[in-house]
Amino acid sequence: MSGHDSKYFSTTKKGEIPELKEELNSQYKGFDSSLRCFVANRGLVRADLLVYDSSFCINCCSISSNFITCHPGVLELCGSDTEYVYFTCSELCVLFGAGKINGNGNENESDKRKDAVKKVIAAMTVGKDVSSLFTDVVNCMQTENLELKKLVYLYLINYAKSQPDLAILAVNTFVKDSQDPNPLIRALAVRTMGCIRVDKITEYLCDPLQRCLKDDDPYVRKTAAICVAKLYDINAELVEDRGFLESLKDLISDNNPMVVANAVAALAEIQENSTRPIFEITSHTLSKLLTALNECTEWGQVFILDALSKYKAADAREAENIVERVTPRLQHANCAVVLSAVKMILQQMELITSTDVVRNLCKKMAPPLVTLLSAEPEIQYVALRNINLIVQRRPTILAHEIKVFFCKYNDPIYVKMEKLEIMIKLASDRNIDQVLLEFKEYATEVDVDFVRKAVRAIGRCAIKLERAAERCITVLLELIKIKVNYVVQEAIIVIKDIFRRYPNTYESIIATLCESLDTLDEPEAKASMIWIIGEYAERIDNADELLESFLESFPEEPAHVQLQLLTATVKLFLKKPTEGPQQMIQVVLNNATVETDNPDLRDRAYIYWRLLSTDPEAAKDVVLAEKPVISDDSNLIDPSLLDELLANIATLSSVYHKPPEAFVTRVKATAQRTEDEDYGSETGNSESPAHVADSSASPTATSSGVPYAAARQPTPVSPAPAPAAPVPDLLGDLMGLENSAIVPMDQPASPAGPPLPVVLPASTGQGLQISAQLTCREGQIFYSLLFENNTQVPLDGFMIQFNKNTFGLAAAGPLQVPQLQPGTSAGTLLPMVTFQNMSQGPPSSLLQAKRKRGRTPNPGRYQGLRDKRGGLLCYFMPGPLDLNNLHFGCTIEFAIANFWIRAYYNALFEDVIVIMTLDDSEVIHLVGFRTEILIPGTAEEHHALDTV
Amino acid sequence: MAGAASALFLLDIKGRVLIWRDYRGDGDPQSQDPVVYDNGVSYMFIQHNNIYLMIASRQNCNAASLLLFLHRVIDVFKHYFEELEEESLRDNFVVVYELLDEIMDFGFPQFTEAKILSEFIKTDAYRMEVTQRPPMAVTNAVSWRSEGIRYKKNEVFLDVVESVNILVNSIGQIIRSDVVGALKMRTYLSGMPECKLGLNDRVLLEAQGQTSKGKSIDLDDIKFHQCVRLSRFENDRTISFIPPDGAFDLMTYRLGTQVKPLIWVEAQVENHSRSRIEFTVKARSQYKDRSTATNVEIELPVPADATNPNVRTSIGSAAYAPERDALVWKIKSFPGNKEYMLRSEFTLPSITAEEAVPERRAPIRVKFEIPYFTVSGIQVRYLKIIEKSGYQALPWVRYITMAGEYELRLT
Repeated sequence: MSGHDSKYFSTTKKGEIPELKEELNSQYKGFDSSLRCFVANRGLVRADLLVYDSSFCINCCSISSNFITCHPGVLELCGSDTEYVYFTCSELCVLFGAGKINGNGNENESDKRKDAVKKVIAAMTVGKDVSSLFTDVVNCMQTENLELKKLVYLYLINYAKSQPDLAILAVNTFVKDSQDPNPLIRALAVRTMGCIRVDKITEYLCDPLQRCLKDDDPYVRKTAAICVAKLYDINAELVEDRGFLESLKDLISDNNPMVVANAVAALAEIQENSTRPIFEITSHTLSKLLTALNECTEWGQVFILDALSKYKAADAREAENIVERVTPRLQHANCAVVLSAVKMILQQMELITSTDVVRNLCKKMAPPLVTLLSAEPEIQYVALRNINLIVQRRPTILAHEIKVFFCKYNDPIYVKMEKLEIMIKLASDRNIDQVLLEFKEYATEVDVDFVRKAVRAIGRCAIKLERAAERCITVLLELIKIKVNYVVQEAIIVIKDIFRRYPNTYESIIATLCESLDTLDEPEAKASMIWIIGEYAERIDNADELLESFLESFPEEPAHVQLQLLTATVKLFLKKPTEGPQQMIQVVLNNATVETDNPDLRDRAYIYWRLLSTDPEAAKDVVLAEKPVISDDSNLIDPSLLDELLANIATLSSVYHKPPEAFVTRVKATAQRTEDEDYGSETGNSESPAHVADSSASPTATSSGVPYAAARQPTPVSPAPAPAAPVPDLLGDLMGLENSAIVPMDQPASPAGPPLPVVLPASTGQGLQISAQLTCREGQIFYSLLFENNTQVPLDGFMIQFNKNTFGLAAAGPLQVPQLQPGTSAGTLLPMVTFQNMSQGPPSSLLQAKRKRGRTPNPGRYQGLRDKRGGLLCYFMPGPLDLNNLHFGCTIEFAIANFWIRAYYNALFEDVIVIMTLDDSEVIHLVGFRTEILIPGTAEEHHALDTV
Repeated sequence: MAGAASALFLLDIKGRVLIWRDYRGDGDPQSQDPVVYDNGVSYMFIQHNNIYLMIASRQNCNAASLLLFLHRVIDVFKHYFEELEEESLRDNFVVVYELLDEIMDFGFPQFTEAKILSEFIKTDAYRMEVTQRPPMAVTNAVSWRSEGIRYKKNEVFLDVVESVNILVNSIGQIIRSDVVGALKMRTYLSGMPECKLGLNDRVLLEAQGQTSKGKSIDLDDIKFHQCVRLSRFENDRTISFIPPDGAFDLMTYRLGTQVKPLIWVEAQVENHSRSRIEFTVKARSQYKDRSTATNVEIELPVPADATNPNVRTSIGSAAYAPERDALVWKIKSFPGNKEYMLRSEFTLPSITAEEAVPERRAPIRVKFEIPYFTVSGIQVRYLKIIEKSGYQALPWVRYITMAGEYELRLT
């Protein structure tokens, strides 16, 4: 699929169809054909697939080349540059004449229909919106052909949400299918119904589900078990009211292991989303589940083990019994089963008191854990993240296996990084020589991040193992000698830590370090080196010279290098209060107090200054005080967190090393429902098929001025205003992926915001009132427009043109407004692009948008500017930016918005400079306030100008 | 923990979606790690040929299980389409959808036995005259084998394949070595045969008091195919199972004991005035005379800018493979206890600074196969096949040792 074509299909606006229809009808007038086809040309018009009558016959006809070519029997739809969707006439007949053909028809018909539906699914797969075929596809649902049925079900899953009213048509077939003699179809019906998240369908799901939970066939029961979880996700109350939870719990005693496993998975899922205790494992269920464990599929074993790991054994004996029954799982070929078994054993081990048993278990777990490292790299990664946790709790398990964590040449980088981490954890006096050899080897690899980590690892081993520290330092010095810049810098950083761990032990190497002074260009390495010089100033003969060389660039250094320089200079002065250091300290203190705007630096400098000037001895006590010895805890996890993570072995939590709450954000079913409701109310508004952008605005916006006053309230703006963040719609997002300049049709306009400000009052627009505002939704700029027809005639043919402007704002697509009957209003969201057609210089003219109104029945009646076609031109200012809706997380809009606002201000208040940092809520507030008052021609504007 | 996947995506090499199946209606799709978190959604993905398979989840799901599931999905697709790539997905999207519907439900992995799946999800529409029903196997305790399989000739082929992994550091020390073995089976058996496999496993033999008979071995870690009754093995070390039909890995095992490198390679590198580089390579076989290694391939890394290869070998042929920056020395047959030499010379056109850091080079890699030989000494003592119809089945056993990750780092 080229990035190009999807646009044509996914953006199809319903509002275009009448227009298209008209055009096409005129084209078709010469033909006696009951088929009217709306087809796309590549660039010109977008197509909604088809509108049809029940039967047709087309002879060879060649309609305008812009639209469609028909050959005898073949209708070609130009879907894209690369792909053509062909529908033969007969297929169309079959597919769309479905109503005429009796249900199960003959074999041939159903094959043809299947091919047609396949094509629809193919179009859906490549991201085209084929929701307009809903009724026809659903008509194919009643079929004996299983493959066709599956395809129709698939279609339903994808589109039922966008056509909730039509989806009801499918209910009967669903219910019927759920009683089919074939278990495959029964299961399919229940499975699919559970996937359709439409309330009306859900209501009808209960009875079939009840039956299926008691079905004779285990295949149906296992599907029904999962379906309960689906239903709970949509409507938890319904599940509880109808007693599905009890039925589900009964399934735990089912004689089929697969059903048991799925029931466990479903219950665990439900428990996760409920605050009430629903699924509690008793010793009775425990033994049942342990029995099922031996017989169910590998995935089922994972469900059961994961659920059982929550079980708290009553005493050590029970724990031992459980462990005994779980240990055989360590021999399973499926890595997930092994990891879940390890989790369960580790949980129970906490209770086991006998050291022999524990030792034995540790011995048993080691080989399976090692074998995980022969799995696929992705699984190795998960295993390594988990092993990292396991060795923190039970270091003995893998104490003798460090060699298996040595990196192979071809290991992916993410595996290498994790192996390194575990090597540090397992390094001991016994194996350190070998480990150091490895680290040294890695330090000459190509990947910079890995090399740095290897160098750091050497330092961490030095800090961890006192007896090996010297050997570590020797290796570091060898690495420094090969003079690879980033190796040297990293080495210096870790050596600083080593000095802090073993004060007054290894200072002899300082001379070697000083040799590489000039090569340091990274702040952290610089800061470390400066710290070393300051700390050991009395032992370095030329410490003052060395520091002086850094001082030259003091103002340009990053903050923490400056802080280190300040402290180091003070230390130097206290240790060697001679003339040189005294001058240096003057310079530094001056730099750090007068010439900096960093409050941390300034405060620290003042403290030193006062200390030095009042009591140098006290300064010595403070600055040169003995430092506490550090230890390597950089990657150790807090014990309580570790407990939690160990209980989550194999899950994402253990991969991230974060508790589940830190990253699980479940979209609740309630949010989903509001969206559906929004949609429902909108589809009801059938006379204006175009998108109602801001329906809430229409009642207030009728009288000009009023809405504006309402919007004028200085709204409290939060840094990340996200009013009712729309539920990320997978479908919409995916389809929108290719071109962001498209308004996803399925997404209702965002819920009510403040009414749009009026930019063209009815008085100036001869009855046409326009309210508009630039707004930003989901990282895209839109021009939200509301048109109100206060004239006596219908208005049609709206167009918009943006004048050249500093910000290069231009419409990304044509303006789509339906015909406006007198007294009605319609809103639209016009996608905008920036940096198109920019004009130079300050935006003194502001934005001027032109609205052209054509095809008025009686153009002469109106006063005003007319264009050549007799339409009416209205000029107006573009209106303010909707700051509440600005998405501050996105850099692009950030920059654009920022730029825009700034320019706006400069133009109006030439001497007012507003520095706007949009992440600062206070300033935004100011901006927001001012933007609002700057609507040209309003009283507020004059007021604002007066105050300035 | 009760997490499940939200959606499964099949993406092409550029990350565009080919096919996706939304299981929960709450997910959306881009670090190097195979598990990525972004804005509330965790993505787990793997690559195969020119496609990515990706799972998105909003919950704390079982990452190990889902990643492994993706690998199984690859196996299933491979079974259906021979090769899994972009093209085969596009061409077979209907079957792909059907499979996606069956292998996972509401984000919970359900069933990944390709053989059984192909009994009720067929690629060819015309083969579906009979109404399909879910095979018993889908929900049975024996989920990997269907009933009613018939063969004229009942045979079992058992390949014992051992791969030797070795890592030798630049000073010639073996820093790690292990042997990973697999018992690969191909069964062509009728009915529901009950099989029992006997190995020269020390634990078992000692338990039975048969220490005298031949050599016995210690296996570090054994992993069994899901058909093997694990609790039975735990109890009395008996390997009993009802095998799936066709090819599968019955068990894999690992031996951590250090083994003598079967083929030892030493390379001397001489850098003459930075414009010419000379390699002297010695390869020595360290196994008994009666064994012979075949298809030996020694890959010797050379600098990226090397040109004008000049190679002499005492046996086999050596060719410069610039695309791999390596000299590949191939020896068809390498008998035990022999030593061969290779000398080669390259010119280096690039000029480098005298004190420049020597670039890290890839290790020497060796590939070989030694038939009729196992490093571990594992032996199949018997394979009993009992079926209620009482037929006689013929078991065939074959042994082979191969090089796995066989790396010798250069000085």
